[in-house]
Amino acid sequence: MLKVEHLTKMFGGLAAVNDVSVEFGANQINAIIGPNGAGKSTFFNLISGVHQPTSGRILLEGKDVTTMRCDHVAKLGVGRTFQTTNLFETATVLDNLIVGYRLRTNSGLWDVLINSKRLQAEEKAAREKAREALDFVGLTYAENRYIADCTQEERKRVAFALALATQPKIVLLDEPAAGVNPEETEGLADLMKKMVKHGLTVCLIEHKMDMIMGIADKIMVLDHGEKIAEGTPEEVKNNPVVIEAYLGSDHDAAA
Amino acid sequence: MMFKLGALIMHPASKYVLLALALLFPAMAANEYQIYVMATAFIWAIAVYGFNVITGYCGQLNLAHGGFFAIGAYAVALLTADYGWNFWPAFIGALVVTGVLGLLVGAVSLRLKEHYFAIFTLCVGFIIYLLLDKWEELTHGALGVRNIAAPDGFGLVNFRETIPVYYLILFFLVFIIWFTSRIQKSLLGRTFIAIRNGDDLAQSLGINLMRNKILAFVVSTVYAGLAGALYAGMIRFVGPEDGNILHTFNMIMYMLVGGIGTLFGPLLGTVGIVWITQSLQFLEEYRMIIFGPLLVILVIFFPLGIAGSFLTWMHRKAQALGLGSKKPQKESKVKTTAGREAENNA
Repeated sequence: MLKVEHLTKMFGGLAAVNDVSVEFGANQINAIIGPNGAGKSTFFNLISGVHQPTSGRILLEGKDVTTMRCDHVAKLGVGRTFQTTNLFETATVLDNLIVGYRLRTNSGLWDVLINSKRLQAEEKAAREKAREALDFVGLTYAENRYIADCTQEERKRVAFALALATQPKIVLLDEPAAGVNPEETEGLADLMKKMVKHGLTVCLIEHKMDMIMGIADKIMVLDHGEKIAEGTPEEVKNNPVVIEAYLGSDHDAAA
Repeated sequence: MMFKLGALIMHPASKYVLLALALLFPAMAANEYQIYVMATAFIWAIAVYGFNVITGYCGQLNLAHGGFFAIGAYAVALLTADYGWNFWPAFIGALVVTGVLGLLVGAVSLRLKEHYFAIFTLCVGFIIYLLLDKWEELTHGALGVRNIAAPDGFGLVNFRETIPVYYLILFFLVFIIWFTSRIQKSLLGRTFIAIRNGDDLAQSLGINLMRNKILAFVVSTVYAGLAGALYAGMIRFVGPEDGNILHTFNMIMYMLVGGIGTLFGPLLGTVGIVWITQSLQFLEEYRMIIFGPLLVILVIFFPLGIAGSFLTWMHRKAQALGLGSKKPQKESKVKTTAGREAENNA
């Protein structure tokens, strides 16, 4: 599904991502973990086209998207959520989601002026897709609620729904469970499983190990921009290099 | 009680009441001067609607907006006074000039983000003012431009008189409000608002930032040019002071007071403040002593402006009363529990 070859991103003299090669299979939950500053978010930014890599290649379903601009990558089916999602606080949940389908529509200023058939059809489609996404994340009851009146967990779900409304094939989730309680974390994990069940590929960055170990099919560990391990949760959990990166080398001595 | 009153204001028919009031205003006004003040307020409101497109919807604080108003006014002034055009061709010319200049300035300035964009456009605004003041061969410099053609009338309608010109301006204002409401409701408006919420999120939704920002910028400068052209046609004198950066800040005040990013905010803010200013005229410069604290209080307690605060309050009230949200709530509960069960089974 997503193949990354020797990806490197330099910020000045600092290699935020250094020679990372990895392949994420379709219809799986892939997790990226690592200590703070390991380059996880930069990795996402490179895939989604926010940053251009210094070297290396990114292949999406065999198609080279390395130098593609963000909006084109999104059109190819890469949806994304952020650590914090800035939404229109004093607009309803549904109103915030309708724009998600915008990338599959073509209406411009002229259509607005003459209220063209195309615009009407596209707006109807966008509204339907927003409702579908809302239903998928289980928030239909909050359709008419202002974002400002939503809980943290509901906001996370709205962010998921917004990414889903773009009709993606792969979704990149940046710390989806940050700032929500354990019970809600479980709900979000179920939601990710549901996405995979519906044919999506999920890629997430997360610090909550319990959740990752429970749902991920594959884990990649980054540290100082380099890939230090890759494998199933079991393999990664017992990898000495990973343990060292997380707990420091004193761990062995103490144990 | 308050809610019922609010619901009455929100009723779709109330905009026709508003329109009727505007149409009847010349009959209700005590003297011609009041009609003149109202017409001026409408002109500024048109410009503020443009400001609202780029800043309220799209989130880019364009401090050159007043400059584009002046360019629209000067385009009509110079084309009619120096080149002998009639008003209406010059009027179209003004829209084209502000649109093209908007495209050029936008394409350069929108490469910058947030406050850098604001600072850059502040400079552009000041450069426009300096050009109007110093480029004497083209703009007549500090003398300004006289002998501007009035809008050509038809039949018995003569736009040199205050009442006909009031209706002409009202016509354009209504058109602008209608067009803005169409933008706001459409996918295009939603695209602008997505950009305001954040560049990162917007581009991850597949929105071409540069193209949409430039589009919003050009729409806003054409609005400003339209307002400026009407201004030149009504006042029939323009000077460099019309490009003063103060006008931009006045427009920001109108927009903030009325409600930034709302449909009726620009109208409420502009007409309201113009009339407050008029009624405090006797205080001269001291009226700022009243205005300053008023603005501070408003920004602290009503950051969404009059229209924004009203709409938010109405929405929350309606939600609390369960109007219109009861049905979906029941449906969704069934759906989510059913969905969870299905997941558990699977």
